[in-house]
Amino acid sequence: MSMLNVGRPTRPEAAEPAQTSLTGGRGLLQDEPLLFEVGGWDKTGVDLPDGPNADDLAGLTRDGVDLPGLSEPEAVRHYVRLSQKNHAIDLALYPLGSCTMKHNPRLNEKMARLAGFADLHPLQPVSTTQGALQLMDRLAHWLKTLTGMPAVALSPKAGAHGELCGLLCIKAAHEAAGQGHRRTVLVPTSAHGTNPATAAFVGYSVTEIAQTDDGRVDLSDLAAKLGPDVAAIMVTNPNTCGLFERDIIEIARLTHDAGAYFYCDGANFNAIVGKVRPGDLGVDAMHINLHKTFSTPHGGGGPGAGPVVLSQALAPFAPAPWIVSGPDGLGLQEQDAGFGRMCAFHGQMGMFVRAYAYMLSHGADGLRQVAEDAVLNANYVKARLSDVMSPAFPEGPCMHEALFDDAWLDGTGVTTLDFAKAMIDEGFHPMTMYFPLVVHGAMLIEPTETESKAELDRFCEALRALAGAAKAGEAERFKGAPFLAPLRRLDETLAARKPKLAWTPPAE
Amino acid sequence: MRYLPLTPEDRAQMLGVIGAPDVDALFADVPAAARNPAIGLAPHAGELEVERELSGLAALNRAAGAGPFFCGAGAYRHHVPATVDHIIQRSEFLTSYTPYQPEIAQGTLQVLFEFQTQVARLTGLDVANASMYDGSTACAEAVMMAQRVTRREKAILSGGLHPHYAATTQTIAHAEGMEIVRQPAAIDAEAAVIEAIDAETACVVVQTPNVFGVVTDVSKIAEAAHAKGALLIVVTTEAVAYGLLKSPGEMGADIAVAEGQSIGNALNYGGPYVGLFACREKFVRNMPGRLCGETVDAEGRRGYVLTLSTREQHIRREKATSNICTNSGLCALAFSIHLSLLGGKGLSQLARVNHARARELKAAVEAAGLEVLTPRFFNEIAVRTKGPAADLVERLLADGVVAGVPFSRLDPGAGLDDVLLLCATETTTSDDIAALKDALAR
Repeated sequence: MSMLNVGRPTRPEAAEPAQTSLTGGRGLLQDEPLLFEVGGWDKTGVDLPDGPNADDLAGLTRDGVDLPGLSEPEAVRHYVRLSQKNHAIDLALYPLGSCTMKHNPRLNEKMARLAGFADLHPLQPVSTTQGALQLMDRLAHWLKTLTGMPAVALSPKAGAHGELCGLLCIKAAHEAAGQGHRRTVLVPTSAHGTNPATAAFVGYSVTEIAQTDDGRVDLSDLAAKLGPDVAAIMVTNPNTCGLFERDIIEIARLTHDAGAYFYCDGANFNAIVGKVRPGDLGVDAMHINLHKTFSTPHGGGGPGAGPVVLSQALAPFAPAPWIVSGPDGLGLQEQDAGFGRMCAFHGQMGMFVRAYAYMLSHGADGLRQVAEDAVLNANYVKARLSDVMSPAFPEGPCMHEALFDDAWLDGTGVTTLDFAKAMIDEGFHPMTMYFPLVVHGAMLIEPTETESKAELDRFCEALRALAGAAKAGEAERFKGAPFLAPLRRLDETLAARKPKLAWTPPAE
Repeated sequence: MRYLPLTPEDRAQMLGVIGAPDVDALFADVPAAARNPAIGLAPHAGELEVERELSGLAALNRAAGAGPFFCGAGAYRHHVPATVDHIIQRSEFLTSYTPYQPEIAQGTLQVLFEFQTQVARLTGLDVANASMYDGSTACAEAVMMAQRVTRREKAILSGGLHPHYAATTQTIAHAEGMEIVRQPAAIDAEAAVIEAIDAETACVVVQTPNVFGVVTDVSKIAEAAHAKGALLIVVTTEAVAYGLLKSPGEMGADIAVAEGQSIGNALNYGGPYVGLFACREKFVRNMPGRLCGETVDAEGRRGYVLTLSTREQHIRREKATSNICTNSGLCALAFSIHLSLLGGKGLSQLARVNHARARELKAAVEAAGLEVLTPRFFNEIAVRTKGPAADLVERLLADGVVAGVPFSRLDPGAGLDDVLLLCATETTTSDDIAALKDALAR
């Protein structure tokens, strides 16, 4: 998840290009029109026979499909040219805090494409899918062991879907216990946007919990707000300030004493995987973003996977499907489980294969090293930048991400957004900006464990140089940035004011 | 460990810069009792060992392509051109994040704009979003969107809607406080929704081709819904059908949702898939999910950005139209590449081939003495079996034929234990159909 330039749509001043080509491209970066401008309206890149007319469907058929086609070479070129306008983790450090942009091992891609996994139908007889069910069962075992939790619901399709699953379990548990009147969810002000959105999705009202000056949940405010109407708290740990909630066990105790459940947002599990088990901290439910901690690729926005680990109290309410063991091997309970169903089939199997391959590769020892290196890298970045930027919480170590505020930019005329856009000119993706909301002009840097010291140094040198330029009064370097990207700053205000969401043919 | 670049020397140097004695000092905020528990899991393994274990598990499964195979019912085996998988594995698409920094994400953004346009044209509607998790969750989201648009609480789900879609919608939309009326499963269930529409109805949800394969012109349902101020949501689980059948928009749908897996994406045992979501322009600010829109950059060049994000959770938090964040970006890319290769012409051809295969399947099943229940079909049919369909599937499996999906697996309480759902696509050969016919005759 990420919340870049939240509520700060860019509206750039018109600018003149320094030097342009005669034909619109920029050197090897080709100008690529839309599919609808390059495709042939009667062209196809697939050799198919002309099927017979569907005379038995008279009156039910359409008169052709108005879409352009590309031959195979044209298609390859169209998409390869487009691809080159993207930044990617394979190109450079991608420090998006809270997003865990780590290396995606290609072995995992290869395994997910084995015909025995990829060419498997969700409804073919379970006797023909025993290997898939075993894989899901083993993945579940690893997730349960790593989190110290007794149960896991695999079907949620992403983090927010996992949150929904967890809250629906909690709601069902309360209703079963005659506590259906509990309708409030407590959420810290620093929470991801998905947390309050999910709570509202299940019909709960949201009350915010204050934060202390050192970036943690304010226990006295929590205690004051926990009451007979509270269904759950949703706390991210490590939290979105990149800090471990020191009082986590007390938070859990207060919550349970008040008859509420503790939902933990597991987006930041990468910081503690193999090192700390959420089950030991009193957590009742937590989603795990397989596309973060367990390295399944982000794919330009998805797909992800968001299995939810559950405590004993919540396990009976988990949704269908459920893997069951019988005399003939493993089976699937697809009906009458828990609160219902999250999606049509069994979850993101393609992601399960990748995540399990990743777990086996690292093993218990490697995963602990993952957490340690992720935290080490973040603290190293924090240490190397603290004299030129202002850490939001200078005291003590951070976890897997280093959070800065914009106090150090005071008087420079440069904003967090400008600084981030200037990073693009130096070859780096910006960090997460203006999130968490509790820190002014927040810059949240998550390097992850898959960065070498050399790449971290390169990154830190780039940020130090930019910080120096900002303080030296070179505001113009930032205000117009980026200058060297495929495009300059885009007019997001215009896009929202006059939405154009699909291509339309040019007026004759 | 091959995925971790730091050497012991690096770590020692870095701890020196930080000023920490050891790495555990960085975990000082973790309660001591919870630090470094013993984890009873295997140690790290080399690529060869991992590949061996996973290949072993894969070998325990029977791939759909390993023999005659007739399962559909929400997931479909199609041929995907090799180009698709090659392109989606390019680093710049595979390993990038959601395109929140448009200056360095124009590749993903232009693809999304093209994808939205393709989906809008397939569905015959004005606007489409940048994808949902899958068809079933898109269906649930559509129902909740209808609630926002109409400010009514009741949704009527046709008995032809895929039971898993109905269950997902019931779970999610009911949690938000909606009243979900599920009509009983029936082969030709669509007409029955009309009588159920009243002044409290937010929407009716109708699937075509429905879960039994029946193709329906839903225009009359659209008229009936609109007369009562309700919206019509049209669901399609087989996106290839768009190549042949009247589009939802043409028939009066207000919202169309679909499972897009058929185009560009493998079966994957149920996921990841890609939910398609389109609607009429006037409802755009009530849509869930991400939207990509056209704009210009500072130099006046055309570009694309994520837009109208004031609907979304990261800005609106508890007032968002949905909690969705991560969607199915890479699956949408696969869909879009495959559809670009097909073009409208290729999609029409592909759809006709599918329909022809299903006609051949129908004839074979009838020749084997079974009753086909689906009057008008695209590439799926429902068949009445002698005895429980699940038993027949088990028996035919012994002959190497995966004969389809017993309806009872989807909805055991419907009293339709003797209904088998079969599907044929362009991947189904005449030999496959002959093998099924022979096995049925035995």
